[in-house]
Amino acid sequence: MMPDTTTLLGLCAAALVGLGLYGLIVHPQPLRKILAFNILGNGIFMICAVIARRGAGAGFGGDPVPQALLITAIVVAFAASALAVATLLRLHGETGDTSIAPEAPAGGKTGGH
Amino acid sequence: MTAGLQDITTPGGLLLVLAVLLPVIGLLAGLVLGGRHARSAALVTIAAGLAVALAVADAVLVSGGTLVYLMGGWAPPLGVLLRADGLSAAMMLAAAVVVAGIAVYAGRDFGTARGEPESRRSLAFWLLLLAVWSGLNLVFVTRDLFTGYVALEMLTFAAVPLVCLDGKGETIRAALRYLLFALAGSMLYLLGVFLLYGMYGTVDMALLAERAGPDVTTIAAIALLTLGLAAKTALFPLHLWLPPAHSGAPPAASAILSGLVVKGSWFLVVRIWLDVFPGVVTVTSAELLAAFGAAAILAGNLVALRQQRLKLLVAYSTVAQIGYLFVMFPLAAGLTAAGLDDAPARSAGLLQAVSHALAKAAMFMAAGLIYKSVGHDRIAELAGSARAMPLTLLTFALAGIALMGLPPGGAYAAKKLFFDSTAATGLGWLEVVLNAGAFLTAGYTVLVLAHALRPAGALLKLESRPSRVGELSALALALASLLLGCAAADMIPGASLAGAFTPAGILSALLILAGGVAIAGAFGLQLPWAGRGGGPAAALVALRRLTVAVGVLVVRADGALRQWPVATTTLLLAALAFAAVIAAGT
Repeated sequence: MMPDTTTLLGLCAAALVGLGLYGLIVHPQPLRKILAFNILGNGIFMICAVIARRGAGAGFGGDPVPQALLITAIVVAFAASALAVATLLRLHGETGDTSIAPEAPAGGKTGGH
Repeated sequence: MTAGLQDITTPGGLLLVLAVLLPVIGLLAGLVLGGRHARSAALVTIAAGLAVALAVADAVLVSGGTLVYLMGGWAPPLGVLLRADGLSAAMMLAAAVVVAGIAVYAGRDFGTARGEPESRRSLAFWLLLLAVWSGLNLVFVTRDLFTGYVALEMLTFAAVPLVCLDGKGETIRAALRYLLFALAGSMLYLLGVFLLYGMYGTVDMALLAERAGPDVTTIAAIALLTLGLAAKTALFPLHLWLPPAHSGAPPAASAILSGLVVKGSWFLVVRIWLDVFPGVVTVTSAELLAAFGAAAILAGNLVALRQQRLKLLVAYSTVAQIGYLFVMFPLAAGLTAAGLDDAPARSAGLLQAVSHALAKAAMFMAAGLIYKSVGHDRIAELAGSARAMPLTLLTFALAGIALMGLPPGGAYAAKKLFFDSTAATGLGWLEVVLNAGAFLTAGYTVLVLAHALRPAGALLKLESRPSRVGELSALALALASLLLGCAAADMIPGASLAGAFTPAGILSALLILAGGVAIAGAFGLQLPWAGRGGGPAAALVALRRLTVAVGVLVVRADGALRQWPVATTTLLLAALAFAAVIAAGT
C-alpha cells in the first residue's frame, strides 16, 4: 500500500530535521551551522505544513492557523539567519578567522601586566 | 477552568499592551531621534514603563485580581490573549526595577556629552535595552506557546548584540556562539509547539491544560519545549555560551543579560510545567530537571572559585544561580501529586528569580565599576581596592550575601519556603545541595572580599573615580535584593522572617560565612593569605592539595562540556531522557 502524501511529507520532514541536527552538531564552521539551522528549520516548517494539511476542513486545502504560525516562524527564522550571517561577517572582518571554538580553558597561569 | 468567563478584556487590560508596546515606541523614537537623544527617549520610556508595571502590580498583587486583554477582541483558540497573574505581575515589576537601575548606572558609560560625537555603541545600547524589556514583558503576559516563541526570539535577537557592543573579536565570537546555540534551542521549542498544535489544535495554554493527556506526542513535545528553553536559559550542562558572553559584555549589558534575559526562557518553563502540563509531567521527571539544577549549583560555584577574573567569576555564579531556579519544579510536582496547592513552590521560584535578578545586576555593576576604576579585574591583584572604593565593594558584599540566601534576602525567604515543604515531598537530597550551594557562594564572595580588603603597599592608584551615581544605583539594587525577604514576609504566607533573627538563625548565618572562609581556603585559585607567616600545618597543605585537585578536575570537566559537539549532543540526549522518564512514569 502506498503511504499517503502527508505521511510521505512527514517522513521527508523528519529526514530534514535529522540532517539539520547532524550538521549543527558536527560541522565546526559557523556558516555550515547556519545552513544546518536552516535545514533543521525547514524540516520543522514542513512538519507544520503537514499538520495544516491534515487538519483541512470546511472546504479549505488546509487548516489556516498552522499556516499563519508557519509564515511567522519563517520570518523569525529568516531574521535569525540574517543576524547570524551579519555577526559572522563582522567576526571575520574583526579577527580574520571564523572559528567559534571556546577560548583556552580558564584557570591557567596568571597573566602578566 | 471556565474558559468563557476569563476570556473578557478586563478594565486595566490595556496596561498589558502598554507594558509590551511602550518600550517599542521608545525604541522607535530613539532610532528616529538618533544617538544624542536615544538616552533621553529611553529614560522617559523607562519612567513610563515603571509606572505601568506599578499599576499592574497594584491591580494584581495588591487587589488580588488578574488582568486580561484579548487582542482585537478575538478569544482563543483563534485569538491571542494576554493575561497577568501574580507571577507575571511580580516579574514585570522586578524587570522594570532592574531596567531602571541599569539605565541610571549606564548613564555615564553610554551617555553622549555635549560636543562629543554620537556613537553607534551608545545608540545600540539604549535601543537594545528597550527591546529586551519589551520581549521580557511579552514573555510574562503571553498565554500562548507560539507568542512565547516569538517573544523569546525578540529577547535573543536583542540580547546577542548586547554581548558584542564593544565590537572586539572575542566578544563577537561569544555573541555568535550564543546566537547559534540559542537558535538550536528555539528550533526544538518550535517543533514542540507544532507537535502540540497537531495533537490538540491549539497553542493556548489554558486550552492545552484542559485537553492534554499523557500520550507519546505530548510527552515528546514537553521534552522538546523544556530542553529548547533550557538551552536558552543556559541550564548546566548547556551553558557553553554563557560565561564568555556574560563576562565579555560591557557591565551594564552583562547586568541585563545575567539579571533579566535568562529569566525569560526560565519563566516559560515554569508556565509549561506548572500551568500547562501539571497533570502530565511526573515527580521523577521534575526531579531530573532539578538534578540538572543541582549539578549547576555545585559545578558553577566550584568553577567560579577557580577563576582569576572577577567578571568570569560573576558569570559562573550566574551558571550556579540558574540551577537554583530549577529546584522549584520537583517541589511543585510533589505538591500537585499529593493533592496540595503548589503555591509555596511558585512563591519560592519567584522569590529566587527576583532576588537573583536584583543581586546579580548589582554584582555585575560593581564588578564593572571595579574594572573601570582599577583598570583590570584580576582578583588576585585587587589589594587596596576596598579602601579606594568602599561603596563598590560594599555593594559586591551585599549582593553576595543576598545570593548566599542569608536573611533577610529574597533567596532566604525562597529557601525557607522550600525547606518547609520538603518534608511533604521527600526532597531531602535537594536540601543538602542547596545548603552546599550557600557555602560555595559564601566561598567566592569571601575570596573576592579578602583580596580586596588586603592592604596595598601604597595607596591604590585608581585610573578614574567610580561614578557616584553608578555606585548608588548598584547599591540600591543589592539592597532591594536583601530586603526582598521583608516584603515577601508581608505578602506571601509561610515566608516569614520569624526564625531568622533568633540566636539559632544568627548562628546558622554565621556558620555559612565561616564555611565560606573554609571553602575559599580549600578551593580558591589564589589565596589572599598565602605566603605570610610560618606556613600552614602539613595536614592542611595535603588537604588543600586534594581540594585543589577536585577544583581543577571540575574546571576540566566544565571545559569539556562547553565544547560545541558535546553540548549539542547533550541537548538531544537530555531531551530523550526527559521523554523516557515522563513516559516511564505514566
